[in-house]
Amino acid sequence: MLWIAIRMLTGDTTKFYGLLFGIAFSTLLITQQLTIFLNLLNLGAAGVYNNGNGEVFVMDSVSVTADVTYPMPATALDRVRSVEGVEWAVPQLRSAAAVRTIQGDLEQVVIVGVDDSTFIGMPRRLIEGNNTVLAQPDTVIIDDVGSTRMFPGLDPVGQQLELNDQRAVVRGIADTIPGFASTAVLYTTYSRALRYVPGTRNRLSLIVASPVDGISPAELVSRIENQTGLKAETREEFTDAGIQYIIDNTGIPFNFGITVALGFIVGVAIVGLTFSLFIRDNIKQFGALKAIGVTNGAIKHMVAAQAAMVGLIGYGLGLVGTIGSLYAFSSNPFFKGFFIPWQVPLISLAAVIIILVLTALIALRSVLNTEPAAVFR
Amino acid sequence: MNDRSETAISTRGVTRDFPAGQDIITVLHGIDLDIRAGELTFLVGESGSGKTTLISIMCGILWPTLGDVKVFGTDIYDLTDTELVNFRLQNIGFIFQQYNLIPSIDAAANAAVPLIAQGMKVDQARERAKLLLDKLNILDQADKLPSQLSGGQQQRVAIARALVHEPRLVVCDEPTAALDAKSGRRVMDLLREVGVAEDRSVIIVTHDNRIFDLADRILVLEDGRITHDGTEMPADH
Repeated sequence: MLWIAIRMLTGDTTKFYGLLFGIAFSTLLITQQLTIFLNLLNLGAAGVYNNGNGEVFVMDSVSVTADVTYPMPATALDRVRSVEGVEWAVPQLRSAAAVRTIQGDLEQVVIVGVDDSTFIGMPRRLIEGNNTVLAQPDTVIIDDVGSTRMFPGLDPVGQQLELNDQRAVVRGIADTIPGFASTAVLYTTYSRALRYVPGTRNRLSLIVASPVDGISPAELVSRIENQTGLKAETREEFTDAGIQYIIDNTGIPFNFGITVALGFIVGVAIVGLTFSLFIRDNIKQFGALKAIGVTNGAIKHMVAAQAAMVGLIGYGLGLVGTIGSLYAFSSNPFFKGFFIPWQVPLISLAAVIIILVLTALIALRSVLNTEPAAVFR
Repeated sequence: MNDRSETAISTRGVTRDFPAGQDIITVLHGIDLDIRAGELTFLVGESGSGKTTLISIMCGILWPTLGDVKVFGTDIYDLTDTELVNFRLQNIGFIFQQYNLIPSIDAAANAAVPLIAQGMKVDQARERAKLLLDKLNILDQADKLPSQLSGGQQQRVAIARALVHEPRLVVCDEPTAALDAKSGRRVMDLLREVGVAEDRSVIIVTHDNRIFDLADRILVLEDGRITHDGTEMPADH
């Protein structure tokens, strides 16, 4: 009977394609929007991901994320280094600055000053150049996404910038995850960053530290907080803080939540309506089958097979559509590193199953309530 | 008629009520009836006389309010729901007035539906159905969809579906209503040829007076009661 069920479904091409469209559209909307949402949230932790080393991040007690910091006095670094269990601790300065390119364009950038001697705080990988170029005068290393924005169609290496009225030369390109605001990031040494970014007496944004062998990052965090009064977080905690900041301070979850909910509602509406029409159009045939001797159980299996087939193909199409749309946007630097977390397809699959179960149950009710005797009327 | 034929259907005191708002309407009033195998029986009556209700009860798709119905010795309303559905699948063939063919499967598959429902593989069932379509002279239409067939051809597919699993009882609802006189008589000949045998019976609900002469037995139903039982229609009808 499943063969008949599938033929009944595919034979009505208009409704079959309508059902496929409904499921595929819902899957696409839910999967794509959830993927973009989660990747956008992830951008809130870009400052942590791009820090190539360090298991513990120390900051002023009011600081929240790598990009929302309250500067500490320089002595904070010595206090952290004096905590037992700290293998090393290095300073990091993060600050916004205005840049004028050689073409005369104005750009807002983020200056990241990393440790002068170890370069800890630099991204793990450079696309061009290496960290030692930071030893050369006036050197900055630009992030790859920012470089495409600041120097479209040009080779950024060798380009000169006017950074707060001072000369800077790009001598390398870092492979990074773009930040939430997509602002270009210029990496330089801590001492040079102090020069580029004039400001208040306290300039130290973060201290990046690592525990000695045998001490966990969580334990070191606890020791640093107890002994210095500063706020310390493990890499995981600091990552989560960056993501949570986006959730708490933007309308992104609400806006994406609405789109995902719309995807679900549109799916229920299109699939529910089309499936109900399909069942209604075939109600005489179902009644005849019941009269002939097809059990309600077999009818349920038939409707389930129809729903499963629509779901499987529609879900597959939606997923391919999502992958296709992300692939289409992959050349846009803003989408660099975007991926589909494995949980997202499972969530959209669950949504598709709920849509189909809901609509199939509604449609099935009319079939099961049809008396076989109705076929004689 | 063969006196040694077994009883195909036996009804005793079959009554059926339907609610109508606050009231109860009694459509059948204690029908006692025996229909023998080997007969082509016509159930005749005006609209609203209760013939559709009676035929539905006799083939196990509508419960009587009161009374017993035996089909080839089985008290069908003593069966569980599942047993009754299975009994219909094994023993009864249906020809509906509107045919109710499945539009998206071809004629052979439509004719094979009861066999497929019994669990036979689709290819095997189609081959069996084709033998019957051949007998009904529409084998060349076996691969066509119902929408590609004429009314008469669809009727034959419906007949093939009713007979493909060799049921002992075939129930037809107005099988000639949509056909001209010549086609109607041909359909009746076919039904007699393939549906009536010593251990089988065909019951036809009709008010088509063009085919009354083909019946072995005619039952006239008026206001829920059998008012005539004979081999010919009464003179006043």
